[in-house]
Amino acid sequence: MAETVLETHGLTMRFGGVTASDNVNFKLKAGELRCLIGPNGAGKSTFFKCVTGLLTPTEGHVYMRGQDVTGWQPHQIASLGVGIKTQTPNVMDALSVHENIWLAARRFHNVSEAHGRADEIIDRLALGPIARTELGQLAHGERQRVELGIVAVADPWLVLLDEPAAGMSAQDVDRMTEIIHELTRSAAVVIVEHDMQFIRSIAETVTVFHQGAVLIEDHVDRVMSDPHVRAVYLGKNS
Amino acid sequence: MGRSASQDVLITLVVSAVLIWVMPLLISTYTLTVLVIYGMLGLSLGLIWGFGGILCFGQAAFFGLGAYTYAIAAINIGESTVPMILAVLVPAVFATLLGAMMFYGRLTDVYLGVITLVVTLILFKFVNSTAGPQYVIGKARLGGFNGIPGFQTLNVPGDPDAYVWGDPFFYVCAVALVIVFLLVTWLLRSSFGRIAVGIRENEVRMGLMGYDVAARKTVLFAVGAAIAGLAGALFANWGEIVTPNLFSLGQSAEIIIWCIVGGLGTRLGPIVGAAGLAYLKFMLGQQSMVDNTLITGLILVLFVLFLPRGLVPAIASVLSSIFGRTKRRPNASRTRRARHG
Ligand SMILES: Nc1ncnc2c1ncn2[C@@H]1O[C@H](COP(=O)(O)OP(=O)(O)OP(=O)(O)O)[C@@H](O)[C@H]1O
Ligand SMILES: [Mg+2]
Repeated sequence: MAETVLETHGLTMRFGGVTASDNVNFKLKAGELRCLIGPNGAGKSTFFKCVTGLLTPTEGHVYMRGQDVTGWQPHQIASLGVGIKTQTPNVMDALSVHENIWLAARRFHNVSEAHGRADEIIDRLALGPIARTELGQLAHGERQRVELGIVAVADPWLVLLDEPAAGMSAQDVDRMTEIIHELTRSAAVVIVEHDMQFIRSIAETVTVFHQGAVLIEDHVDRVMSDPHVRAVYLGKNS
Repeated sequence: MGRSASQDVLITLVVSAVLIWVMPLLISTYTLTVLVIYGMLGLSLGLIWGFGGILCFGQAAFFGLGAYTYAIAAINIGESTVPMILAVLVPAVFATLLGAMMFYGRLTDVYLGVITLVVTLILFKFVNSTAGPQYVIGKARLGGFNGIPGFQTLNVPGDPDAYVWGDPFFYVCAVALVIVFLLVTWLLRSSFGRIAVGIRENEVRMGLMGYDVAARKTVLFAVGAAIAGLAGALFANWGEIVTPNLFSLGQSAEIIIWCIVGGLGTRLGPIVGAAGLAYLKFMLGQQSMVDNTLITGLILVLFVLFLPRGLVPAIASVLSSIFGRTKRRPNASRTRRARHG
């Protein structure tokens, strides 16, 4: 049986009166590809932030490979081998594509090896022609791809992607799908997405969030046909 | 930085050798010395603000701390070598403690500004209030608003009677600035420097990459304080007296203005801004027609409005357009971001 890489127990995050995450019990196995869906404000991003240390949960625990990492700083969790693409792009705008990716590689490798790895990822993501361009001058899709490169170059074993395909062209999405499949060879991947077509093309197990809590967790086909899910999400009449 | 490291060092050495040779023909070495010292002080803030995104409103605190440490140690020890070293170490240690408190406390930029400002104010008030005879450190009386005069000035290491003053002191200061400049160049080319720039650009992302942002900012902050402390010690030697005015908010504000006018995010800009504005102030000080601070304020406003990236980047882009080189496209967002935080 595959190792559990990520597990949360009763994860709860409150902002004043708003319960953004409500008693979430989540379990992810090594090599798994999981999709998180749910309407706007369902608490998907908040869940990611609690897992990566950007937020400290009000209650509950986060375990990574069996270790309790609740309350750890983001850099401590990242150092374990956890990568996240945040919902709003988090990149270094005044630095080049190469510098952005090199910085991520440098964390785990020496200077020259980091260069080698950065070049390799740049090739794989077809970023070669813009490798020396500053991020601030790139289109949205390119920036998303660079952020994915930042995550991938660190060889993580757990990857969280918050709306990686948002605002991308169909061609960009195809390339993104390919990259995600490559990532799953060495990492467990969790993806938050709204694009149902994209989810159908990529997912097996889907977890549905609703008002901070897990509504249902099942195979993608059964989730999509679940009347409850359709009511809160697909029908958008909740 | 497109040039190779050895090219960079070579250009620095040639240009500074020429300047050290030519400038004394134009301006007295006494005045030049203080311009060089201010240049070093400007560089200290230019490093942490322009390349680390740490806007410190209290860089004068480290400058003053360096000067006072030197004066107090020189009175007690009587030979200048150890006091010079202490004048670098004391501000660095102080900045490490202050920085760790601020950066591990995850204060936002605004609070960082407020705290550094308040610390400067407290030091200023405290040193001002030490006029009484009970305020002594070893043999040195702190002297309150009168300051501390009459300490051993710089001597040839090991020989307390061989004073270094006048022209030789200018050359010592100039060489010290060149060495500090080269060390800063090396630091910025190293992984540490590149990571610092990454943190300036996006702290959250650098944290998510696994970098301990607080630790790195603390170290950079301390390096800046060490440079400011060295400048302070040299200033004490130049003035042969230290007074609480070294800690004044006016001094801190001036350092910030030097950086903005000279050009943030460059190594040269803060030095040029410091020396240029200090020289202007010196010239204006010789007449009484217009008020000094008014002119400084006017210059700041004009720069913010018309040359927001500062003098050095503007000259660099003019030069490169004349010589038809393809330069990196200017990026306004970077400068703006660096300036506000
Ligand atoms: N820092 C915060 N302070 C207060 N409330 C917050 C904060 N962050 C999130 N919330 C609230 O928590 C709830 C969940 O937000 P979250 O961003 O996790 O939703 P989401 O599922 O990612 O939505 P979307 O699909 O729009 O990205 C929302 O009601 C939101 O307004
Ligand atoms: Mg979200």
